[in-house]
Amino acid sequence: MAVLARADLTQMTALLADQPPLAPHVVLRGPENGLVMLRARAGGAGSKFNLGEMTVTRCTLRNDDGYVGHAYIKGRERARATLAAALDAALQDPARHDALQDAVIAPLAATQAEARAAIARRAAATRVDFFTLSTMRS
Amino acid sequence: MAVSLPGFADPVLDAQACFRAVLDAMARPGSTHQVGANLVTPAPLCRAAASVLLALVDGETSVFVDPAFADAVDWLRFHCGVVPSSHPNEAAFVLAASLPDLAGVNCGSDEGPEDAATVIVQVSGFGEGPAFILSGPGLQYPVELRVSGLPADFAARWAANHALFPRGIDLILCAGDRLAALPRSLTVKDS
Repeated sequence: MAVLARADLTQMTALLADQPPLAPHVVLRGPENGLVMLRARAGGAGSKFNLGEMTVTRCTLRNDDGYVGHAYIKGRERARATLAAALDAALQDPARHDALQDAVIAPLAATQAEARAAIARRAAATRVDFFTLSTMRS
Repeated sequence: MAVSLPGFADPVLDAQACFRAVLDAMARPGSTHQVGANLVTPAPLCRAAASVLLALVDGETSVFVDPAFADAVDWLRFHCGVVPSSHPNEAAFVLAASLPDLAGVNCGSDEGPEDAATVIVQVSGFGEGPAFILSGPGLQYPVELRVSGLPADFAARWAANHALFPRGIDLILCAGDRLAALPRSLTVKDS
């Protein structure tokens, strides 16, 4: 579900193109946009405060196999929330779970891990090693 | 959560239409209004009662649900975000399969009569069964309302509620996809 919440609509659609079509569904709620209050804690031990509100889109649907899928995504892309919920429902079907997990979820997770690693690398390049500075002074 | 039925097809417009129907029904007691014609509801909840709840109830509202509608509780919780109260005395809305005992329902106080509960009762049908003569604000002349599914002593019990005015409950009667409303200001007599 975390992978689906972050997945890109274009990539999800492309990966699904090779799969048997997802079962038709009935939308139970949404897709609808709303705001969620983000709460944070300064320094890990400070008191809680409201960081700000974030736009969230949620969708719940039931597919014709009887599985109910949910999706909460960041932003306002209703199509992405609907597709993520449809995939969540399809993944609950034991007959389809393994195939979808390998063909769709694993590549999505790999892309997301790569994107995170790229950000981490960029951040690491700017790291200042205080140990080096202290040895240079002596 | 075993929710498998959708709510309003258009949450905003359908809820507004239902709100308007309740408003009209309260303003003109004895008139019946159609709501939620296309709604699919968890049995045994009727379409009108389900529409009224979808339109009026949210996470900050307290609702008491009659055990007869236990199957609809998950559906209400999902679509309205409401956690049903355990006792009718604490609830702003009471969903009942038959007219509840008024002593067990919040009738408001003289300082805050608006705190009184709105009771939604699911009846068998309109235009059939015993006739009641309604008179009071909103009605230039007394009108007749035929309702089947209300208790035989309804007029006497309603008189007790009317005597509390300005306190007292407001009643919304629902059957199928039609609703009628009896505000507390109304006088009800057997015909």
